[in-house]
Amino acid sequence: MARFLAAEAFSSPSDGLSLLPFNFERTGTEQFLVSNMVGDFIRLTEDEIKKLIDLKLKAGDGLYEKAYAAHLITGSRQKSQQQLLALRLRSRMSFLREVTPLHMFVVTLRCEHSCPYCQVSRQSTDRSRFDMSEATAQRGLDIAFQSKSSRIKIEFQGGEPLLNFGLIKTIVSAAQTRSAVLGKKVDFVIATNLALLDDTILAFCKANEILLSTSLDGPADLHNKNRPRPGGNSYELAVSGIRRAQETLGSDRVGALMTTTEGSLDRVDEIIDEYLKLGLDGIFLRPLSPFGFAIKTKQYHRYDAQSWLEFYKRGLQRILDINHQGTPFREFYSSLILTRMLTDKPIGYVDLRSPAGVGIGALVYNYDGSVFASDEGRMLAETGDNAFRLGHVDEDDYRSLVLSDKLVDAISASLTQCAPECSTCVFESHCGANPVHHHATQGDALGIKPLSDFCARQKGIMRHLLRILDESPRDAAILRRWAGS
Amino acid sequence: MTLALSGTADLCRGLEEHTRSVIRLKAPGAVPSSTGADFTVVRTSDDLKRAIQDSNEPIFAIDDGTGRFLLSEGLPRRAIAVPAQFSYLDAGDVIGIHAPSGKFRTLYRHNSRHNSFLVTERCNNYCLMCSQPPKDIDDWWILNEIRESLPLLDKNTRTLTFTGGEPLSDWIEFIGILADCRDQLPKTAIQVLTNGRAFAKSEIVDAWRKVNHPSLIAAIPVYAAVDHVHDYVVQAKGAFDETILGILKLKDRGQRVEVRVVLHALTAPMISETCRWIARNLPFVDHVALMGLENTGFAIANDAQLWIDPIDYQAALADAVDLLVAANVNVSVYNLQRCVLARSVWPYAAQSISDWKNAFVAECEPCTEKTRCAGFFSSGRPRRSKAISPIL
Repeated sequence: MARFLAAEAFSSPSDGLSLLPFNFERTGTEQFLVSNMVGDFIRLTEDEIKKLIDLKLKAGDGLYEKAYAAHLITGSRQKSQQQLLALRLRSRMSFLREVTPLHMFVVTLRCEHSCPYCQVSRQSTDRSRFDMSEATAQRGLDIAFQSKSSRIKIEFQGGEPLLNFGLIKTIVSAAQTRSAVLGKKVDFVIATNLALLDDTILAFCKANEILLSTSLDGPADLHNKNRPRPGGNSYELAVSGIRRAQETLGSDRVGALMTTTEGSLDRVDEIIDEYLKLGLDGIFLRPLSPFGFAIKTKQYHRYDAQSWLEFYKRGLQRILDINHQGTPFREFYSSLILTRMLTDKPIGYVDLRSPAGVGIGALVYNYDGSVFASDEGRMLAETGDNAFRLGHVDEDDYRSLVLSDKLVDAISASLTQCAPECSTCVFESHCGANPVHHHATQGDALGIKPLSDFCARQKGIMRHLLRILDESPRDAAILRRWAGS
Repeated sequence: MTLALSGTADLCRGLEEHTRSVIRLKAPGAVPSSTGADFTVVRTSDDLKRAIQDSNEPIFAIDDGTGRFLLSEGLPRRAIAVPAQFSYLDAGDVIGIHAPSGKFRTLYRHNSRHNSFLVTERCNNYCLMCSQPPKDIDDWWILNEIRESLPLLDKNTRTLTFTGGEPLSDWIEFIGILADCRDQLPKTAIQVLTNGRAFAKSEIVDAWRKVNHPSLIAAIPVYAAVDHVHDYVVQAKGAFDETILGILKLKDRGQRVEVRVVLHALTAPMISETCRWIARNLPFVDHVALMGLENTGFAIANDAQLWIDPIDYQAALADAVDLLVAANVNVSVYNLQRCVLARSVWPYAAQSISDWKNAFVAECEPCTEKTRCAGFFSSGRPRRSKAISPIL
């Protein structure tokens, strides 16, 4: 029998060690949070991180094992560590393979609501001026079906899109015809306040498998204050609309979104309870966006990132408690972030990707035929800023829109992989470029991140989720279930 | 009790034309195939007399314990006789026999779910716990024996395992055998126990893929998330890097891969970290098997370094299984008894020990979980946990 070699014979890489790329941030006097190239986190002490950087580690010292398993080091001639990182990075970035899967049609800018936080600057009159024409819609569809995605989603936006239901029907039918001819699958969503929902519309949605996405800000008084309409009954109409849609279309065929206003900040429990009461499977705790009426009416500046984060954390705890009591219920934004942190699934969600999702993730066809790189981009235009107006359906095709200098500049200028602050951020792998937001708030697609409320919220959410994962096993078990499913 | 899978024939005649022959047993009266490999199995003197009267077919006589009927006169030209301990052999079973010495090995048992072919005893790893200690010998003849055996196997065989040594030691010939399996046993799932290092070479993994076998899986051990731990366990520097590269290349080409972790004192205490790493880095593998140690071969020689009572890693193993399940990775626990496993692990615990070396102990008699339990290895020098006790 040949002799066995002792462990020491295998402990020093004959070819030396090399560092692999990683980011880090100080989390305490002696503590660092470290992330590898694909965003796996480990915590190291100051002493450990110094030894790591100096490559003063050896097999069996505990640090070597931690650093090796976390892909922070490799034997200089080894290949598998880098191949694993490459493979995982490729998987994480593969959302780029589906180019422009989302197409939003603003079928009208008219709305019977007059919400002060409206991001769109709705119009209440003049049907002919603010409705999309059928010719514009058909041109929009030409462009949508030119994108390379094997499956596209058409989302009807407004204003209140149900005010131009006739055009929705036309677009759905035309899109289905094109889908059958071109073999490109198409899904539909209507973003609506549900106030105008009736049996005809519901039957149409059912027949064409159309999803409904609506707004629900919380209890009646809060919702109706945020979302005024003649009759002051926005809440009542939204709730009965959700119930009817659940009955007719199925409980998974209608979703709701909330927007956080100043009045929401200390009422997160009640807001969540509204969603629970309606049998919805989760909530998206969503801050206000700096666009449209939200700026004009000064809503956006009523609270800062910190107060929103406190609101979010209280809400998340409430949601975790609901899960502990046996009701599965999620916070959807946390689910997205956790999926990015705990898996390598490709997430193309528009605020959580770099290259940014503008244009190559979504295109918006405005009522007047102008085409925007994102919904927020057309909101900026309503207040006179055409930075993200890529062209017009009558003059452009998919290629000219997506390869326009405006879009290429915005995307390349905002890459988190090379942006100051972002490229060295410990959360970079899980964050995203948000050029429209930073253009709107700082006049620059890249933005100065320490001044960015988007950055503050992202970091705040991720730090908070990591703390729960590390320190609270019972809550962590729930959060893990949200990742990737 | 352990079945003897090899032995020496009391009689072997009429096979001198080839040094080694592969034969198949058939029931008395059954029509022999055109392969010329079928031998009528006889168990008593009466059987034998009848067989001789009826035809001149080759005879495979299993001693009835008396040793007497072997003396019968008028045996056909081709005949083999084996001792009584091989009475488990029956129609459909396949045997490889070395004519000059009469040494034979049971290659395939028709009524077993656990048929495996040893491909070679050569290996480029030298694992501390190897149950089949490698030998650097010229054993290419085994590949020929397998080639001859495949046409004799039941086409409805559900699974077949190729093991070693390292089956890919002669990779061109072995991949030829996989192609034979594809053509001759299209309904049989094939599992290959390999250290995976060969797949670091693209030409080998490409050849493997080109077989285009309908149900083929490479079962590859990964002992840790850290290079030096794995390399030490397999006693080969650089093995971890090659093995991981091999797994990535197989999956890159759409091939099925099972990752295997043998649990012993060097791997079990860190099994949770290893599985966290697998869940994060290799979640696309088709199956992960966490395997209790078979205390045989080198495992006996290295007992001092390797033995750990499974009850002492019970919590870590439960954590490991949980991490894999949460990441949607298929996981099974092999070779461990239910009484040493956390209840959360029971749904993943398989009855994995091959029938010919599977046993239970006296304490198991009243146990309500016995029919679902993996039981013990009867091979080698069995060691048992202090926690073995019936679940009542």
